[in-house]
Amino acid sequence: MDNLDQFRADTKAWLEANCPPSMRTPMPEDESPWGGRRAKWKNPDSKKWMDAMGARGWTAPTWPKQYGGGGLSKEENKVLQQELRAIKARPALMSFGIWMLGPALLEFATEEQKKEYLPQIVRGEIRWCQGYSEPGAGSDLAGLQTKCEDKDDHYLVNGQKIWTSYADKADWIFCLVRTDASVKHEGISFLLFDMESQGVEARPITMISGASPFCETFFTDVKVPKHHLVGELNKGWTIAKRLLQHEREMISGMGMGSGGGASGISNLAKDYVGEKDGRIADATVRDSVARQRMDSHAFSLTLQRTMEEAKAGQSTGAASSIFKYYGTELNKRRNELIIELMGTQGLGWEGEAFSEEELAAPRNWLRSKGNSIEGGTTEVQMNVISKRVLGLPD
Amino acid sequence: MGLVLTEEQVLLKETATQFFQEKLPVANLRTLRNEKDKDGFDRKAWKEMADLGFSGILVPEAYGGTEFGPVGLGLILEQAGRTIAATPLLSTVLLGTTAIQLGGTDTQRQTLLPEIAAGHMLLALALEEGPHHNPTRIATSAKAEGGAYILNGEKTFVLDGHVADQLIVVARTSGEVNDRNGLTIFLIPSKTDGMSVTRTIMTDSHNAANIKLTNVKVTNSAILGSKDAGADILEPLLDFGRIGIAAELLGLIQESFDQTLAYIKERKQFGKVIGSFQALQHRMAEMFAELEVCRSIVLDALSAIEDRRNDVPSVASLAKARLSETSRHITNECLQMHGGVGMTDEYDIGLFMKRARVAAATFGNAGFHRDRYATLEGF
Repeated sequence: MDNLDQFRADTKAWLEANCPPSMRTPMPEDESPWGGRRAKWKNPDSKKWMDAMGARGWTAPTWPKQYGGGGLSKEENKVLQQELRAIKARPALMSFGIWMLGPALLEFATEEQKKEYLPQIVRGEIRWCQGYSEPGAGSDLAGLQTKCEDKDDHYLVNGQKIWTSYADKADWIFCLVRTDASVKHEGISFLLFDMESQGVEARPITMISGASPFCETFFTDVKVPKHHLVGELNKGWTIAKRLLQHEREMISGMGMGSGGGASGISNLAKDYVGEKDGRIADATVRDSVARQRMDSHAFSLTLQRTMEEAKAGQSTGAASSIFKYYGTELNKRRNELIIELMGTQGLGWEGEAFSEEELAAPRNWLRSKGNSIEGGTTEVQMNVISKRVLGLPD
Repeated sequence: MGLVLTEEQVLLKETATQFFQEKLPVANLRTLRNEKDKDGFDRKAWKEMADLGFSGILVPEAYGGTEFGPVGLGLILEQAGRTIAATPLLSTVLLGTTAIQLGGTDTQRQTLLPEIAAGHMLLALALEEGPHHNPTRIATSAKAEGGAYILNGEKTFVLDGHVADQLIVVARTSGEVNDRNGLTIFLIPSKTDGMSVTRTIMTDSHNAANIKLTNVKVTNSAILGSKDAGADILEPLLDFGRIGIAAELLGLIQESFDQTLAYIKERKQFGKVIGSFQALQHRMAEMFAELEVCRSIVLDALSAIEDRRNDVPSVASLAKARLSETSRHITNECLQMHGGVGMTDEYDIGLFMKRARVAAATFGNAGFHRDRYATLEGF
């Protein structure tokens, strides 16, 4: 038995012993394990599962052990993910700390900062939010104005952020602030602070989907200790861009997920439009479903190709520049198609006349519209492709 | 796996790129067209392709081939697409070799495969009987008479039909028109009595012909595969053909895109290069994304054949549908971005657009393959 086989056997046994049975069932939205100081655990098993995985560092399997991570090699992580899928395990922890902040800290933070923040992220103790966009700085993010003044023994932060995901539920924020108003990109710094600090206020925004995942966040004379600055003063834009990469990768994966995978949409069509001789009864709908399935098939092949190219050292990065654009537009088309083929049953807002899945359809559809706006709009992505990849001039 | 190229494949691709750029540039097709060349392809270049091992790329080494496999042939077709070269690669190398490999007896292989590899023999698939691809709508009949068969019927859009030495004829030995069963494939020398071949001049200046069979008499030994079970050969043969055309179209759209990108970086209006206008930039970005996606589809489809995967029919339809549709979109956009000069015969973009449409109509257009994909995927 080689090392990887041994690792697989050990992993299997450990998961068997530590993953509670209820954590091997599909996860309802309101049981999402975001962790944090103010977490409410609707299902106590969720906390047990997060704690067990967190203690082992497997919520961040490839992060170094000295920062609380799992210290796994790429191959070991692959085995772990396979074994998790095999038992249909729910994610133990959903976290912007793991998906976005952590990778940036690993690259840019001091040793002290890594030791302070990373283990808490791994264990799900601190829930983070991202303070990027401002009312006047959306696509033109570097135009941000939230002021950060050097007051010798601390920084003083004043300003407003918007679209701060779950700011009302988060414990800490990683925030872009302006430390030099005389220049644009070179006057931005990357700051971390506690959302319970004096002068921080988060107000949820009601979205077209009815949900309020985003907030307006106000900072009034917020005092931040100076050692909470990550990287050098005025060098925050480099960190911000790297973090955006992680965010875009996360968002572009959305087109692939939910709704029963590839065959989900064709079964949905059969259920709501009717079936004749094994086919979707309506020829037009059937053609639309075929287009959608083909696009999604083609996109997943492209993700796979990029991974294989990277592994073979043949990566040019050109293909990956399309992911955010293509993935989000794909997901929007998919959601449009879903409500179309569900008809009026896919347009219910609330009440007993509709199943849970039916009620989710219009809300998912509305939510998906944001995919091509958040984390760099489709138009910004196209600017990136045309200028950086195709070399077209300004 | 198989979405990245091996070292040998990269080398082959480079050889093919150089060959088509030097020996069969777009100018070659223009000459064939303008001079109304009777063959419709360059025999000298074909000889060189044989010397390079392209003609025998699917032929086993034992029969004088290079046995490089489907991915290798796909790479060559892609490069041929970049110069829209008129060659017997599809008719003979892909379809001819594969038909014999799938259905040929030992004797047929021994006599035919070395001839193909050497570039001495051309084949053509005589399948279609109407303006839209339909592999089961076969009315051409083959009636048994003693130890022989008598064939009668009409075939259309036979690629390279007028230069082929041997015709692969799909005929009906039993059943009704549109039945999958009852088809039989015959391999018939084109000089056989009763075979009337008329060349058709197509928009893309690539070869095609109409063929009329009047009491064409052949022996049992002309059958490729089994009587009444021709569909068992025809289906995988067509899937490979569809993927091959998709590979050619990939090269075609890449070249159209590259030429257009270069053009909009040079052409000036309003005192600036037109490539600086966002109205063009975003359309180019969208096309770039489509190209990357198409590249993944084609590579996956080629490796599906090479690895004998069981999802070949699905990925063949995926590839043919998407490349047919995307090539229409991209050639239209590229012509528009060329402005007035794009409408002239002098510029290549019009030739690319013409070839794209004929290739899209070959072996099933986008609609045909979306329908087929849906059926194969169970909806």
